[in-house]
Amino acid sequence: MVLGNYKSVVAARSTDNEILKGAQDGGIVTQLFAYALEEGIIDGAIVAGPSDEPWKPEPVIATSKAELLAARGTRYTLSPNISLLKEATRSYGLDRIGIVGTPCQMQAVRKAQLYPIGMRDVPDKIALAIGIFCMENFPYQGLEAMVEDHCNVKLESVKKLDIGKGKFWAYTERGAVAQIPLKVTHKYEQPGCHVCLDYVSNLADVSTGSVGAPDGWSTVFVRTNAGEDAWSKAIGAGCFETKPIEEVKPGLDLVKKLATDKITKNQKTLEARATFGVGKGLRNPYI
Amino acid sequence: MEPSEGKGSTEGVQKPTPASATRPEPVEVSKEETVAEKPAKTAEVKTEKAQPTPRPKRKPSDIDVEKKVENTKEDMPVVEKITVGHVHLSGCTGCLVSFADNYEGLFKILDDYADLVYALTLVDVRHIPEMDVALVEGSVCLQDKSSVEEIKEAREKAKIVVALGGCAAYGNITRFCRGGQWNQPQMESYVPINELIDVDLYIPGCAPTPQQIRNVCIMAYLLLKGTDEQKELAGAYLKPLMDLAQRGDEACGCDLMYDVINQGLCMGCGSCAAACPVRAVSMEYGKPNIDRDLCIKCGACYAQCPRSFFNFDVMNEFEGISELIKGVME
Repeated sequence: MVLGNYKSVVAARSTDNEILKGAQDGGIVTQLFAYALEEGIIDGAIVAGPSDEPWKPEPVIATSKAELLAARGTRYTLSPNISLLKEATRSYGLDRIGIVGTPCQMQAVRKAQLYPIGMRDVPDKIALAIGIFCMENFPYQGLEAMVEDHCNVKLESVKKLDIGKGKFWAYTERGAVAQIPLKVTHKYEQPGCHVCLDYVSNLADVSTGSVGAPDGWSTVFVRTNAGEDAWSKAIGAGCFETKPIEEVKPGLDLVKKLATDKITKNQKTLEARATFGVGKGLRNPYI
Repeated sequence: MEPSEGKGSTEGVQKPTPASATRPEPVEVSKEETVAEKPAKTAEVKTEKAQPTPRPKRKPSDIDVEKKVENTKEDMPVVEKITVGHVHLSGCTGCLVSFADNYEGLFKILDDYADLVYALTLVDVRHIPEMDVALVEGSVCLQDKSSVEEIKEAREKAKIVVALGGCAAYGNITRFCRGGQWNQPQMESYVPINELIDVDLYIPGCAPTPQQIRNVCIMAYLLLKGTDEQKELAGAYLKPLMDLAQRGDEACGCDLMYDVINQGLCMGCGSCAAACPVRAVSMEYGKPNIDRDLCIKCGACYAQCPRSFFNFDVMNEFEGISELIKGVME
């Protein structure tokens, strides 16, 4: 169950070169939202758009392909996308919302649907929730320290950030590549990530991430009826090329391993929290 | 209001068992029982009141409606309705309006799942009757004798007492009252109902959302009248809201600090900022920033936070539960 319920899993990448050019891996999120927008499956999508500060995302409601393109790529810092969930139904008037987010944000979406305590008229309006794989996230100032202090690169000049092969990578506009061992980044992780028991967005309609797929491709889990509907239509329209997950390296085993690692580690954190003090513990949100 | 009509309906409802449980053939229904059924059909009650002419014994439309209810029940997994009442204390009626904002969903609930046996604005009943669920709106004014009596009576007469909305649960804006308002300047002390009676379940928020009230009504129905499997699901669904009632009756945006960030649990999703009805929560560098002057203490932000409670046994079934709710509302 570490990978959650899913109907199918494949390796995939977008067939649109414009999307792939700025994408983190296979351009899955941007492509699927662009298709869903065009076909009216969604009226708009809440995505991590650009802001005034370099690499600091700002949640935006994208209602055009251009706005989706501006939000391509992974930012490795917090983008509170759920903060726009109710606003999307109000000032933007969306009836069919697309939203992308980390596993915890997918949990927030489902809680908003089942327990809409402060989410008036939201539950029926989530049309497509795309989750990404996530091991942990960093506060903006943590990312800043990792890139500027450890990698010795100005954030403004960074073209792409990536985590892979046990390292954190920063690629600059002029072609310099800086990398640091992932171990160095651990202390900058946000504490809230350490109680998270979900690696591959088990509660999304469609979830995706690089792990398991070859470079330039993404692993895609299709989980719900809504997800399957959008995904199969997009495949039918030629939006993606796919390969069976069994035929690619490193394949599903790596996804399973990392998911198990994360969940095991964080279960231990939860246990340690229960006896954190002397006869006193910290709160467990899951009980 | 005609005295005779008020009397008639009070008598009708004071019968402990609602007529729906064992209903005779529609044509045999007596006048009183018809009235007891009526709360479900708000529009018709109003139409009748508007007519100064003697009340017709039964309109043809009444019979049709009752037949329809009978037919619908054939398809229902369970047959009995629960009884629900709305107890109005010091609140703005926004919670009740929110309940009504389920639109046709409200009629569906009243047709198939719940008889509304008490509600100041919707049901012509003067005294709190026995009921399964009391939805209490508003805080209790300690200087208002009838409010204090009413909340105690609600506890005695109802199997489940629900604090509906921020005022009943946490005091909400009535927490800021210091008296001196016309025309009852001496009324200055407003407390959440939890300070006077045991409360079973909280629905926080100002106003609580139509969908959350709907979900609680459906789940309360399944809990009281459903199959074993449905009871288990409903119990699991309602548990966190019952836990909220045990957690305490003080709420504030500060809860996000005390019980989430200070506890090392915040992951910056933004749920709190979306949930806040007064935009007192903004996200600064990925974490909530609370404008405490704006906070009205409704409790929505903390209850909406995925790190206040997150029950995997319920959430993992989100697709099935969403379809279940959609199904029963059709």
